Amino acid sequence: MLIQVLGTGCAKCKALTANAEAAARAAGVDARVEKVEDLREIMKFKVMSTPALVLDGQVRSTGKVLTVEAIRQLLTP
Amino acid sequence: MSAHARELAASARAVAPPPRGRARLYGALGGALVLWYALYRLIEPGAELVTRRLLRLDPTTHLGSAVAFFLFEVPKVLLLLVLVVFAVGVVRSYFTPERTRAILSGRRESAGNVLAALLGVVTPFCSCSAVPLFLGFVEVGIPLGVTLSFLVSAPMVNEVALVLLFGLFGWKVAALYLATGLLVAVVSGFILGRLGLERWVEPWVYESMAAAAPAEDAPPLPFAERLDQGLTAVREVVGKVWPYVVAGIAVGAGVHGYVPTGLMAGVLGKGAWWSVPLAVVLGVPMYSNAAGIIPVVQALLEKGAALGTVLAFMMAVIGLSAPEAIILRKVLRPPLIATFFGVVAGGILLVGWLFNAVL
Repeated sequence: MLIQVLGTGCAKCKALTANAEAAARAAGVDARVEKVEDLREIMKFKVMSTPALVLDGQVRSTGKVLTVEAIRQLLTP
Repeated sequence: MSAHARELAASARAVAPPPRGRARLYGALGGALVLWYALYRLIEPGAELVTRRLLRLDPTTHLGSAVAFFLFEVPKVLLLLVLVVFAVGVVRSYFTPERTRAILSGRRESAGNVLAALLGVVTPFCSCSAVPLFLGFVEVGIPLGVTLSFLVSAPMVNEVALVLLFGLFGWKVAALYLATGLLVAVVSGFILGRLGLERWVEPWVYESMAAAAPAEDAPPLPFAERLDQGLTAVREVVGKVWPYVVAGIAVGAGVHGYVPTGLMAGVLGKGAWWSVPLAVVLGVPMYSNAAGIIPVVQALLEKGAALGTVLAFMMAVIGLSAPEAIILRKVLRPPLIATFFGVVAGGILLVGWLFNAVL
């Protein structure tokens, strides 16, 4: 699974990236966490507020730092 | 509902707390408000009791006056901060950036500038989202000036500053801050729009927009989830600013107790016209300390500084920041950023001089 965190590199984006990594470990999912900082790439997802969480190309959350537990629930439906 | 909207709805449900009874929810909310009010009423007698009985200090002495000020202001400001940040967090759950964009798209200038400034106050976004938001606005054809009105009012009319002003100066000053902040945002956005600065936006912005289609708004949230967003806002905002508030009030208390009245009148008083530009120049680099600066400024005001100077300083601290300029540099070319800062700084200067002249 590909987990992407969209954000230009502020504290919230870093927090979401860390939470996503922790959630992937907690869920035991084989996932690659990737940070997307290029604006043109971010705009392709039509996201207006960062940080945003993208799972396998689908935008699942925008503008907030999800908790590890909330991300884990998204990873294991 | 499209597939994308369904995805968002599913993720919102996954993130929301388990469903609770509505009655219980309102009961808890009502109980919390009653508790808040009781605590608020206890501050004044509590501070008095601690100063006189526990610490055996006379409130008419320097030390006693400083300690009483500190013990009264810290709980008062923190309680007000919790209440207002919670309320703003709930209100903001109704205004996503996507909805704000939908409201603004198709608006012309003037009415659009006013609406953008108002929405800037209630739409949630952190300064690192300024660029995606800017791009999202430009994408649907919202005029540059209207977008800039939004980008000015969002940081300038700040809820933490509003609470501190209300708590320390009363509602009149808080209302003046709100009204003039909005005015600066509307007028500076309008002027910038008239200047035809589109050529100073990085060219790739308009190029990449051609192919893009607008994203959809997320589905409505359950009320429990909105309350949860209010609580999250309290945790994030109050959790971050409280040390600045306490430190600022401590410095303010020292000034309150020890600095003689009238000391500041010469430097920051009404008579010194240059104090307003000086306040703006000093304020710009101080971005993150907004919460701590107001109690200090309150003490300065009490000792003879002029209100216009103080408001100009605060607006410069909160509204114009170097980090924001660096972020906006990704989409705007330096002449536009310089003009943006120049016009906003000009607006703040006018507000400062106007207040000093009128009040």
